[in-house]
Amino acid sequence: MTNITSRHEGAAGDLTARALREALYAGLISLGLFVLFVGLKSDQNIRNELILVPRWGLLAIFVVIAMVGRFLMIAYLQPFLASQKVVNAATGMLPDSMASRFFRLPFFIAAVVVSAVMIAAARGLPDNIAAYATIIRGLAIIYSLACLFYMFRIFITTHFTVLAVAALVLYPIVIVAIFGAQGSLKWVDNFGIQILIYVMLAWGLNIVVGLAGLLDLGYVAFYAVGAYSYALLSSTFGLSFWVLLPMAGILAAFWGMILGFPVLRLRGDYLAIVTLAFGEIIRLVLLNWAEVTNGAAGISGVAKASVFGIWSFDVSAPNNFAKAFGLPMSSAYYKIFLFYLILALALLTAFVTVRLRRMPIGRAWEALREDEIACRSLGINTVTTKLTAFAIGAMFGGFAGSFFAARQGFVSPESFVFLESAVILAIVVLGGMGSLVGIAVAAAVMVGGTEILRELEFLKHIFGPDFTPELYRMLLFGIAMVVVMVWKPRGFVGSREPTAFLHERKAVSGSFTKEGHG
Amino acid sequence: MSGQPLLKVQAVETFYGNIRALGGVDVEVNKGEIVSLIGANGAGKSTLMMTICGSPHARHGSVIFEGRDITQMPTHEIARLRIAQSPEGRRIFPRMTVYENLQMGAGLDNLKYFSEDVEKIFKLFPRLKERQAQRGGTLSGGEQQMLSIGRALMARPKLLLLDEPSLGLAPLIVKGIFEAIKKLNKEEGLTVFLVEQNAFAALKLSDRAYVMVNGKVTMSGSGKDLLANPEVRAAYLEGGRH
Repeated sequence: MTNITSRHEGAAGDLTARALREALYAGLISLGLFVLFVGLKSDQNIRNELILVPRWGLLAIFVVIAMVGRFLMIAYLQPFLASQKVVNAATGMLPDSMASRFFRLPFFIAAVVVSAVMIAAARGLPDNIAAYATIIRGLAIIYSLACLFYMFRIFITTHFTVLAVAALVLYPIVIVAIFGAQGSLKWVDNFGIQILIYVMLAWGLNIVVGLAGLLDLGYVAFYAVGAYSYALLSSTFGLSFWVLLPMAGILAAFWGMILGFPVLRLRGDYLAIVTLAFGEIIRLVLLNWAEVTNGAAGISGVAKASVFGIWSFDVSAPNNFAKAFGLPMSSAYYKIFLFYLILALALLTAFVTVRLRRMPIGRAWEALREDEIACRSLGINTVTTKLTAFAIGAMFGGFAGSFFAARQGFVSPESFVFLESAVILAIVVLGGMGSLVGIAVAAAVMVGGTEILRELEFLKHIFGPDFTPELYRMLLFGIAMVVVMVWKPRGFVGSREPTAFLHERKAVSGSFTKEGHG
Repeated sequence: MSGQPLLKVQAVETFYGNIRALGGVDVEVNKGEIVSLIGANGAGKSTLMMTICGSPHARHGSVIFEGRDITQMPTHEIARLRIAQSPEGRRIFPRMTVYENLQMGAGLDNLKYFSEDVEKIFKLFPRLKERQAQRGGTLSGGEQQMLSIGRALMARPKLLLLDEPSLGLAPLIVKGIFEAIKKLNKEEGLTVFLVEQNAFAALKLSDRAYVMVNGKVTMSGSGKDLLANPEVRAAYLEGGRH
């Protein structure tokens, strides 16, 4: 930094000289350009003859403006812009945005006042001045609208989490208000719950793949472990959802460790193949161990979740939710309850992820993803680091699995095929590994997108009555992936948010880094 | 040389599968010394460095640190004895910021001296301070090397292992880094074990040095003696000198 400023001081004299020189050139060029256009005007005299009227004064004004402008540009504006850039290059910080200087609250108030005054005063003005007033009024209104838009954007970005969660909490209420209790089913269930399950699964897998960098192609195995844990234990022992939810998580975490041990020494492609095999093993065991799992027929009649045991959603139960509140019977209440349940579980996943990232274990995961050898030479125990990543990632898969079983009321090995693992991984990669927001967006686009395909009846009018858009969903999925990977190779949100700061939360975004290096 | 050396490598043999990379190496590093190990490509320099860190472990012989046998200890436990390493190829964490990289070096749970040590590193390498919020992967090679050494120093090491700090760097930057190492050694008594291909710079810097050929130490002596040695000059210095 010091040498940069000193260079500036030393260069100040040179700069003025250069600015003067450039100003002179600019003056000469403008003189040459304007001497015929401005300096001489063709006119008719009283005898209708063409004469030239010299306008040397006006020409001088043009030339002076060009010279002064060039001088100011070289001597002040360019160094100012350059200094902005120098600061950025040296600290690696993004510039104090020009927009935040341009759009300010006092300016905004002034613009509003100006436009108000112009509107109020417009009537009393003579015509020629009124035209100027209209222009000023227009500019003031455009500026204040831009200000509002900018402030709104800042508000959204600074309070994004709160706003997003609030929107999700209000979502079922709004939907019920618009479509009524029965009509809300589709929107809450197909769009809300379905998307949130995938958000949660992807956030869980994000711990393993996005943070710890362990490519896991068998994540659905833990989803299956959670679902079957709940289905089997609740139908065999009659335990409630709230007892079995943590148990399903623990069992899945246990299986995560079981997977973790044999793959401790593997990385990349080899790890991916073993985890893929692990996912298939779990599915085939569920399929073939018919005495316990009922094989391909699956387990039906899985108990519904209750509101902490206080209200039930069983139609026959005395403490039925709708009865207790004197509401008409509808399955919508259960769906809305499930919506809030999965929302809470997903937010728990996000909360734990965010907290863990700031803790030693989270930093060890990220370091492990970056460079395993460096990790070990810094005293990080890579064995426990990997096992905890597998276990905690699997735990959230288990939570989601038991929720899935409670929601469907039916589990079978059908639901836990490799394709599910692939979809979850695709969501993580598309969203940007490690980024919670990006992953949530990717899940909404991918899962919501396939759901919307079912709604596109009008396509039948274009492609004929036999056209079923659902059948093309994988094709569209693939095209979407290719498009996103071409345009945003790091996923929707590609930059990694640092977890340690000295003064300010600023960092060079990932897009400035070479692929595979940042 | 009073008392026992800080690090003692005794008759160490290391294998990659069936291939013997080190054939009975003896090296000693005393407290407060800069010791360098020079040799050609494939001589086993980096293997010796990695063997000290326990990855791979030595098959025969022993590595003694502060009188303690660390031959079969896992790498992360060796690192916790405060043997810090700036590995070959620097191996900084590219997606983490400079600041986070340094934090990783301080160990995960003991951040007692953290801010004090960070200031020290920033004083030693002012470039890192300028770039503290920048991602490691966006640094230049020289800055990455500074970061790698800085990260190793954050552990308050008793022994600093440097594997080819000059690799792929401009001579001027190499000079700066070697000066920093010298300064640390002079002012804080830091013990340094240095592996280098740049024999001239390494020998000039070191108190003592070893020359390695085909997995064996063939020569040792003070840096000055080896610089003057005609064999060393012929093999490593003539023509290689900048």
